[in-house]
Amino acid sequence: MNFTKNLASKIALLPMIIISLTVFVGCIIYSFVYSLTGSKLIPALNYVGFTQYERLFKSRKWDVAVENIFIYGFVFTIGCLIIGFLLAVLIDQKIRGESLFRTIFLYPYAMSFVVTGLVWKWVLNPTFGLEHSMHLWGFEWFQLDWLVNRELAIYAVCIAAVWQGAGFVMVLMLAGLRGIDEDIWKSLSIEGVPKWRSYLFVILPMIRPMVITSLVLIAAGVVKVYDLILALTSGGPGYATTTPAMYVMENFFSRANLGQAFAASIIMFLTVVCILAPWAYYEFYFRNKEAKV
Amino acid sequence: MSNSVEVKQLSFNYGKIEILKNLDLNIKDGEFMVLLGPSGCGKTTLLNCIAGLFDLDNGQIIIEGDNVTWKEPKDRHIGMVFQSYALYPSMSVEKNLSFGLRMSNTPKNIIKEKINKASELLQIQELLHRKPSQLSGGQRQRVAIGRALVRDAKVFLFDEPLSNLDAKLRAELRYEIKKLHRDLGNTMIYVTHDQIEAMTLADRIAVMKNGVIQQLDSPKKIYNKPSNLFVADFIGSPSMNFFTGKFLSTNNSFSLGSSLINLNNYQFENRPSDLSDIVFGVRPEDISINNNEENMQFKIELIEPMGADTLIWLSFENIPFSVRIEGSSEYKLGDLISINFDIKRVSIFDKKSELRI
Amino acid sequence: MQKQIIEAKGPRPKHLTIGRIGLYCFIVMCALFFLMPLYVMIITSLKDMDEIRSGNLLYIPQTLSFYSWPKAWSEACTGFVCEGLRPGLINSLKITIPSVIVSVSLGAINGYALAFWRFKGAYFFFGLCLFGAFIPYQVMVYPLLKIENAIGIYSSLPGIILVHTIFGMPILTLIFRNFYASLPIDLFKAARIDGGNFLKIFFYVIIPMSTPITIVAIILQVTGIWNDFLLGLIFAGRDNQPMTVQLNNIVQVDFGVAEYNVDMAATILTSMIPLAVYFLSGRWFVRGIAAGAIKG
Repeated sequence: MNFTKNLASKIALLPMIIISLTVFVGCIIYSFVYSLTGSKLIPALNYVGFTQYERLFKSRKWDVAVENIFIYGFVFTIGCLIIGFLLAVLIDQKIRGESLFRTIFLYPYAMSFVVTGLVWKWVLNPTFGLEHSMHLWGFEWFQLDWLVNRELAIYAVCIAAVWQGAGFVMVLMLAGLRGIDEDIWKSLSIEGVPKWRSYLFVILPMIRPMVITSLVLIAAGVVKVYDLILALTSGGPGYATTTPAMYVMENFFSRANLGQAFAASIIMFLTVVCILAPWAYYEFYFRNKEAKV
Repeated sequence: MSNSVEVKQLSFNYGKIEILKNLDLNIKDGEFMVLLGPSGCGKTTLLNCIAGLFDLDNGQIIIEGDNVTWKEPKDRHIGMVFQSYALYPSMSVEKNLSFGLRMSNTPKNIIKEKINKASELLQIQELLHRKPSQLSGGQRQRVAIGRALVRDAKVFLFDEPLSNLDAKLRAELRYEIKKLHRDLGNTMIYVTHDQIEAMTLADRIAVMKNGVIQQLDSPKKIYNKPSNLFVADFIGSPSMNFFTGKFLSTNNSFSLGSSLINLNNYQFENRPSDLSDIVFGVRPEDISINNNEENMQFKIELIEPMGADTLIWLSFENIPFSVRIEGSSEYKLGDLISINFDIKRVSIFDKKSELRI
Repeated sequence: MQKQIIEAKGPRPKHLTIGRIGLYCFIVMCALFFLMPLYVMIITSLKDMDEIRSGNLLYIPQTLSFYSWPKAWSEACTGFVCEGLRPGLINSLKITIPSVIVSVSLGAINGYALAFWRFKGAYFFFGLCLFGAFIPYQVMVYPLLKIENAIGIYSSLPGIILVHTIFGMPILTLIFRNFYASLPIDLFKAARIDGGNFLKIFFYVIIPMSTPITIVAIILQVTGIWNDFLLGLIFAGRDNQPMTVQLNNIVQVDFGVAEYNVDMAATILTSMIPLAVYFLSGRWFVRGIAAGAIKG
């Protein structure tokens, strides 16, 4: 192979190549290697086999973290998909003030996770927040003290997250809906198919690629969630809303247990791979097959 | 014969632009009516108004004696075939055909019966389990027509269904549509910009321009006696030759430059006044070569062989015009020939009004 | 088939159906849900603490109090220092502007090289890079820290700029590459025949055509970097903490009395820039989201 051919391009892409290898690949290898050590405050190559992982899976905190990420992942993903799709369908109905509504549904996405967390922390404040307002209005029975409830706190996180993320999904779905051939709508009109049936049985299958893309993007973001929880609940009450991400960060920076942190981070990484791999396979293999027909 | 579809005083505006203005059109029972015209002439808008997909600004639509002006498309006894066929991509052919019926809770046995009948008529029985992406263009069109058939539509609307296809397939499907009309006998309204389709399929053609029907006649009449300059130019391929000159009433002739063409054999509908400006239109196939050495000689400037015919280009007073001759003829560039116009078949138009006179 | 007493003529009479009313009701209710937090943010920041304690979260202030705003800006305590959010704003600017410039430029050149000057294996590394976009930060944070320490830029401005560039590269490269791939290739071929090389074509032909995608890229990066918390916390260094970190510190006070109005004013100040970008960019923002998601 002639290395000087297309030299300029190779030089230009050098940063991307170096970064991909050293950071994206290298860091994973580094983390994996050191997860097999007993590193505490500093990384040390004292091999301990899979002890860190054993300790991880025995940890009560880690169990809670994993449980939380499942609940959060499920509620957040489904919530964003359904609400995002619903909002997109509503806006697609040729309503007046379409841009206004679109702006309103999407602005939360422009805000930082920290801001979102803090605002919802205030709204869900047991003493001064929404619950208090409802009581003042006479609805004494109304309860919204999820933030101090060990079982329900994670759902409070879900509400804040869906509030921020639904707009994103709405934009993607709307783009998909707008790409539908107008003749399909005309045909449905001629056949007299009611709107809701049209959306459910014809349109939704047609935007399936978009739905799947949204699903993957949302799911990939689930594991990363950190800022939001830190701001909203600081992982509390106690560690009721801790997540794998928080577990990792704690062990890196406050508990000085690097080996644990590395192990936990590798598990996080593997989870993401498990979500991505089938989708990547579907995208590249399946789609290419379909395209050839 | 009664009217299947009546359009009365139809007006349609798009914002401030008047697309259709007080348009009247009657389509007879069982007729194949073609709406023909260039892009933007309003033919698709007219079709959509008849279908109820567009809300008209004024006027009425009567279908099979029913005033459907305010009715939903599904209540107008119509079926429609689109340019993109609009088959539901995630459903099999059978599900595509039965979708509308299933949505209105028609009993299963009736659905089955209708699908069998339609698929037999259109020869698509083997395709019932395939998805649209697995069908050829021609098959997709038949399924699209099948969808209209199962609804027992009285009137079939076609919105440029052949525009997406290559020439060979277009010719095949044109034949199939004509056969279908012969077998079914339903009223059909067909929109196209392709005059060949119009000529071969139509019982009558409505030639449209800027939202106004220029001429409503049988294909033969439109071809032989176009009612204005636009229709004359639009119909016919290769297109008609036009010469602008003056009418001399003293010898009933058309004068162009130093030449004089006698119009005794032409049947005027309105005789023009002396020295008025007229346009003399003659089709390439109505010009013949006569090899009369005494007549004016023309030099062959360009030759376009087209297989069965050949088109040769001459010029008259610096205006190029074409003559159709046999493909087997042996003329060469630069040859000198003399020609004859078949005056009985020419078209004369008043220059200012552009109308046939 | 009702018998029509008035003969149908002209446009259909438009009456507001139940369905249409229901639709508007529902969408307005959704809008209220989405607006509620913003509304609460604003009115809380304009109340004084007595009113907050005794009053209703959702009521507009009885007495407008602008006390919290200057306090949030210059006096609130972020840890041991009580200088408000102002230093945070400056830090965020110091971080965001260079980071956006570097990351977008890199993304553009990468996209350009991948679209027009492919070589064997280029797409493999691109795939690797894209894959990197999905890896959770937590996996890479510590080793990255080690690398930056070794180079000597850990906990500094160049350190955080490098980090933002690294993490922004996958998506930026993707959208630039997709955009350039959609340009007519004939343009590029003509430029080569006219004697252009890699850099010349990039600067004279491609960059002038890149305005739409550059706007999208800038919006994506400004919003993403300004709103970042974790990376700024770890890599920027104590003197360069961005506004989001300062904000979190102000609100999560462990000592003293929690001043909710100051907290809310602080959140508004922190979100002002990205919200401004959002409201001003409108369509472009939407295009940015769609561009990243619709893979080539």
